[in-house]
Amino acid sequence: MTVEPTPLGAPTLELRGITKRFGALTANDHIDLEVRAGEIHCLLGENGAGKSTLMNVLYGLYRAEEGEILLDGEPQSFAGPGDAMRAGIGMVHQHFMLIPVFTVAENVLLGHERELGGLSGARQKVREISQRFGFHVDPDARIEDLPVGVQQRVEIIKALSQDAKVLVFDEPTAVLTPQETDELMAIMQQLRDEGTAIVFITHKLREVRAIADRITVIRLGKVVGQASPESSTTELASMMVGRAVELTVQKNPPVLTDNALVVSNLTVLDALGQKVVNDVSFTVRGGEVLCIAGVQGNGQTELTEAILGLQHRVTGSIDLNGNELIGDSVREVLDAGVGFVPEDRKVDGLVGDFSIAENLMLDRYSGAPFVRAGTVDREERDRFAAEKLESFDIRAQGIETPVGTLSGGNQQKVVLARELGRPLALFVASQPTRGLDVGSIEFVHSQIIATRDAGIPVIVVSTELDEVVGLADRIAVMYRGGIVGIVPADTSRDTLGLMMAGERVAGAPNPEPSKGAVA
Amino acid sequence: MNETPRDADDPIEPHAPQRPGGSPDSGAAPTAVHAPAEAEVQVAAPVAPTDDRTADVDDPWGSAFRRIMGGNLVMAVLAILTSLVVGGILIAATDERVQETAGYFFARPGDMLSAVWTAVSGAYLALFQGAVLNFAAADRGFIYLIKPLTDTLNFATPLIAAGLGVALAFRVGLFNIGGRGQMLWAAAASAWVGFAFQMPPILHVIVAILVGIAAGAIWAGIAGALKAYTGAHEVISTIMLNFVAFWFITWMLRTPGLLQNPGGNNPISPPMPETAILPSIFGPPFVLHWGFLLSVLAVIVCAWLINRSNLGFQFRAVGYNASAALNAGMNVKRLTVYAMLLSGAFMGLAGAQQVTGAVTTGFTAGIDAGIGFDAITVALLGGSTPWGTFFAGLLFGAFKAGGFRMQAAEGVPVDIILVVQSFIVLFIAAPPLVRAMFGLPQPGRKSRRQRRDEAALAAMTQQKGAQS
Repeated sequence: MTVEPTPLGAPTLELRGITKRFGALTANDHIDLEVRAGEIHCLLGENGAGKSTLMNVLYGLYRAEEGEILLDGEPQSFAGPGDAMRAGIGMVHQHFMLIPVFTVAENVLLGHERELGGLSGARQKVREISQRFGFHVDPDARIEDLPVGVQQRVEIIKALSQDAKVLVFDEPTAVLTPQETDELMAIMQQLRDEGTAIVFITHKLREVRAIADRITVIRLGKVVGQASPESSTTELASMMVGRAVELTVQKNPPVLTDNALVVSNLTVLDALGQKVVNDVSFTVRGGEVLCIAGVQGNGQTELTEAILGLQHRVTGSIDLNGNELIGDSVREVLDAGVGFVPEDRKVDGLVGDFSIAENLMLDRYSGAPFVRAGTVDREERDRFAAEKLESFDIRAQGIETPVGTLSGGNQQKVVLARELGRPLALFVASQPTRGLDVGSIEFVHSQIIATRDAGIPVIVVSTELDEVVGLADRIAVMYRGGIVGIVPADTSRDTLGLMMAGERVAGAPNPEPSKGAVA
Repeated sequence: MNETPRDADDPIEPHAPQRPGGSPDSGAAPTAVHAPAEAEVQVAAPVAPTDDRTADVDDPWGSAFRRIMGGNLVMAVLAILTSLVVGGILIAATDERVQETAGYFFARPGDMLSAVWTAVSGAYLALFQGAVLNFAAADRGFIYLIKPLTDTLNFATPLIAAGLGVALAFRVGLFNIGGRGQMLWAAAASAWVGFAFQMPPILHVIVAILVGIAAGAIWAGIAGALKAYTGAHEVISTIMLNFVAFWFITWMLRTPGLLQNPGGNNPISPPMPETAILPSIFGPPFVLHWGFLLSVLAVIVCAWLINRSNLGFQFRAVGYNASAALNAGMNVKRLTVYAMLLSGAFMGLAGAQQVTGAVTTGFTAGIDAGIGFDAITVALLGGSTPWGTFFAGLLFGAFKAGGFRMQAAEGVPVDIILVVQSFIVLFIAAPPLVRAMFGLPQPGRKSRRQRRDEAALAAMTQQKGAQS
């Protein structure tokens, strides 16, 4: 997608030397950024690089220690988001700031009752904007009834209803299907062509290359440089991380073993009796990675929880090497050799106030090797922890460091070290790289592949298509609790995208593991 | 106010880490692998507020729990000092002489100031003499000098035991407000074993106490089972079980043939036989009985249980993060019941100590003497650690012992002591307030040690980065 080079006019928005410190650390260190009307300026950086801090300064949520914000050349001083909005800065948040039980118009009206002239005015405004950009949003629809992609459009309408000159999109594609992402990008381009200045915050290289007019890369709070949209993903990744990175997962063709997890006709009901997993069947053999792709919330979480024994209204069969897991307690499932990386490591995987050593023995709290005569054998525990700290390269001061103070990548390493630290018959990883930096992602991926190469069946649930394509030997796509199809890893992204939206595609389903090598 | 670095969307996002729809940037700690010094510090910082937020949203008790657990010795000492100052103000304000002299304060301010000094110093001196060393009686011999100290230990005995019960439950994320009911059942069971059976001297008191402990455990276990298997919140159920226990035992004390002293009409039990009474450690005039050593033993057991045993490991895991405990295969429901049983056992020890040591002439439904509630304060002040609870119990024992003397000698109402105790809890629950009063930095959740650790970590990371 090439776009006309934007005319070099005066910048609409200019950030000059923005410095924001939190105590001893500098989150933003003299950051300069300019955005012109009619361009999409991409702010690229890893988690924690300072992108969001910068945008919060711009939006008046933080006050910068140094630097200034200029809009159309006028210096601004924002005491809060209200000021920023009035000055013409709109923000589309990663998590929508919408009230689910209100209608679209009511949400747009919220906080601007006078300017919009009441509900009828808001309704009119929604219709107007919706028509102008082809949004197809009904002003009287309730937010909770709308798909995620449409909810995001409501956020955009909200910003536009305030005549935003500058629109900031903060990680907007995180919650979208590939198709919805494409639609969003089309909308962004249209907005740009109408003269809006757009700041697009992301860490997804593919999107950057597709849509950006200019790219500013920040790392560790500093601008490390500008990049052209023609740069390769490898170039962009190295700029973002500060060293050469391996973006593709290196792996050999799978060597299948006799270990197998056979899931047949698995149905899971939630507390309300709704089928959250609907008649799912698949087989994973030792030595292969089955990736479960799909948009968040299509039953993947419940599926993995059912395997672990956390779901209670489960029918069908989960057979691990001839051992039926349905009806077993979590304890029994773990003892059967299931390693599990939960999707939310801070909530389900770790006790933040516990030390690394304690977290590493979290699921082996009775009997050998860590407990003798009802007492925790601290020497054995610490020896194990010291060894894992070394072999998993967990960056911490020591094994006594509380896990809650570690970075996401190191926290995930603790989870992996624990789950891979005992003999396994099955390994299930749910969103294993969510929120991690590139370096940790490389590490996690290599551990997953090593586990597969050890002949263990591996299930990886991921909403990131790049990860799915990189890791998988086969891909199962879930949609509304069911498996749309199981396809080889070389299936095109377009096909996968369609499947994630629920379309059955020719060739799928293919529930048996392919014997041949899959690239 | 210091601004704490937050997660990207934090200040405007009411529920920070949403499970569905969360993206890589949400709620996650930013990371820097090969990072220079400041950057690695950044890593740790944004985690804390997000975590707190989660606790707030999920469970209002969770954040209170965290706050209680986050307390430290300095805060406890400052809270005590501040409360004593507030108590001093109240003593001065209620003193007649001070009120009188305040009338002509501007004419002769010295009068009022000296009256304030006399009232406050007199009261606190009496408190000290009643609780620690009675040097006014030193000339009557060493025994009389240190007798107040043993009185303090005596008062502290059930406070420590019951405090352990609350502390243990806290560590599992449970609030046992049911000390009263559990103590009442324990007292009733102990007393019943005492007066209804005849046994050899030492065995009798041991059996009586064990039965009391079991009774307390069962009563708390009911609340634990209700919580685990029906979801009834233990705060509600323990409070309600207090009423059930109180009125049930009152009825039994009123009913001839049950707990009522035969031949009497009052709701009081028969006196304990000599065989079922904990003997005095030092003999008369000291009232301090062997129950105190039982409390010390209980502290040691509780410390092992919480810190060293694998059951304690599971307890703490459930207390900090029940969800992770569940994922690690722990049986959270069963652990909840166990925790309440053990919590009630410590409460039961306190109840048994009351009838076998403190009040051996027959008990009434007031036998708990508010200890079940004071225990909450004691556990809070002790940071919910066994030894912290021990020392907090000693302090409150001292307040009780000294409070009586303060009232007798100086005419200061003993209620002032209750106010001081309550203020201690209030200040402990509001660390920023105390910090502000003493001009301490408001560090969020970071202590100086944490910052030092992080600096070391950063230096180390830099080194590691340079190597690779």
